[in-house]
Amino acid sequence: MNLIQSVDNSQMRANFPSLRAGDTVRVHVKIKEGDKYRIQVFEGVVVARKRAGISSTFTVRKVSFGYGIERIFPLHSPIIDKLEVVKSGKVRRARLYYLRGRRGKAARLKEVGRVDRASENAPSQE
Amino acid sequence: MVDGLIGIKVGMTQVFAEDGTVVPVTVIRTGPCVVVQKKVREKDGYDAVQLGLVEFVRPGRVGKPRTGHFKKAGVPPCRVMREFACDEAEDALKVGDQILVGQVFQAKDKVDVIGTSKGKGFAGMVKRHNFGGGGASHGSMFHRAPGSIGASAFPSRVLPGMRAAGHMGSERVTAQNLSVVRIQDQENLLLVKGAVPGRNGGYVLVKKT
Repeated sequence: MNLIQSVDNSQMRANFPSLRAGDTVRVHVKIKEGDKYRIQVFEGVVVARKRAGISSTFTVRKVSFGYGIERIFPLHSPIIDKLEVVKSGKVRRARLYYLRGRRGKAARLKEVGRVDRASENAPSQE
Repeated sequence: MVDGLIGIKVGMTQVFAEDGTVVPVTVIRTGPCVVVQKKVREKDGYDAVQLGLVEFVRPGRVGKPRTGHFKKAGVPPCRVMREFACDEAEDALKVGDQILVGQVFQAKDKVDVIGTSKGKGFAGMVKRHNFGGGGASHGSMFHRAPGSIGASAFPSRVLPGMRAAGHMGSERVTAQNLSVVRIQDQENLLLVKGAVPGRNGGYVLVKKT
């Protein structure tokens, strides 16, 4: 398995803030237009994080013009330019799929003080 | 230069393209290979080079005739050797030469990968020939049986080539026209897009299409 890891490690992103379900994040996504790249920001709540090495993903949910949108990002994808954690919500489970059935006030999460997670996981950006 | 190398299938993973597309890849440890013998037209009737895959071989595992064969070439003993057609005019390769992945392949090349598929044992029609099979429940008495294999009094026999249950897998399979996604020279790794026949750790032959 070592050789597989050497392939994976070469692509892993080292500098992202640790993410958890319940965090509100701003994902800066690179979008290709012609031969230029443009940055678009997708802001929402992390509802799930799949931990699977290089194929790890996280799901961000936001409500846009009344429609719930969920977008799944590969954590190590090169299209993610920057990842910021805006705030952290208090949650009691790892997957927040119950938010899908809620709207408006019911879909809010109680905020918790930002834990310094730099020591807990990978070093944060910057 | 030869148009192929011997390798070992390491396993599968994924790789990101520049635009973020996820590409499924098979990692193959390709080479380094050494030229163990050169076949020449005058002597052998055809032109080829015999390549051996360099890997650890326990000393006791090589018989005396083989030991002599490797000694003559001045190369370490190999477990796997294969011949690759090679032009006579091209004398660039000498016995004992080492060939690395980067010398044979480049990213975006198209290659064929030959391996021995995983053995499935004695397999039925559904697995071996993709038959539909029957219903599982509701009183169905026809589950995974083959169904009719022909008419009765005429021809009074089963026609040759009728698909039936039997041994499946463990055979030589070629995956054609796979593209090379990347080469990692230092670890002798070749990354091809898609799946490759055989188990992880199995020997494969990588050839240019």
